[in-house]
Amino acid sequence: MQIARVIGTVVSTQKHPKFEGAKLLLVQPMALDDSPRGTPLLAIDSVGAGIHEKVLVVIEGRAAGEALGQKAAPVDAAVIGIIDSVDVQE
Amino acid sequence: MQLARVIGDVIVTRKDENLAAIKLMVLQPIAADGSDVGRTLVAVDAVGAGVGETVFFVRGKEASFPFYPIEVPADAGIVGIVDHWDLE
Repeated sequence: MQIARVIGTVVSTQKHPKFEGAKLLLVQPMALDDSPRGTPLLAIDSVGAGIHEKVLVVIEGRAAGEALGQKAAPVDAAVIGIIDSVDVQE
Repeated sequence: MQLARVIGDVIVTRKDENLAAIKLMVLQPIAADGSDVGRTLVAVDAVGAGVGETVFFVRGKEASFPFYPIEVPADAGIVGIVDHWDLE
């Protein structure tokens, strides 16, 4: 999983039926010091995350499909948690 | 998933039989500000996207799921056409 920040929302009318009702978020993966890492990606939201929030993202198909609650959904990333805090000892 | 612009299509006559009747599009991935990012790629199309449209696509074997039970040998697939997106 990766730590990311929600930076936007995406609206799509014409999409695969398995996405019906799913919220699409643009998330920017971050390093542990909160600096952006890599390019933003699109993830479905299964926890009701909002813009600016720090979230936990799975970037793997099966896990993302489970988060969506759909079998064989064509998704590869999902927000699965809203992060309260990250504590790193070293 | 990732945002991309559809910049072309690919015609392939001789291909895997499970790719029959499936449209192949050339994608340019884009960043959140709309600028090009990364390499172009070819993706199967599950939503009827056209050249010039902004879409989002999925990577990996999940790209073949919209065509179930046909097992399409694809590693990237368009799964939605973007109306608009909003940044913070």
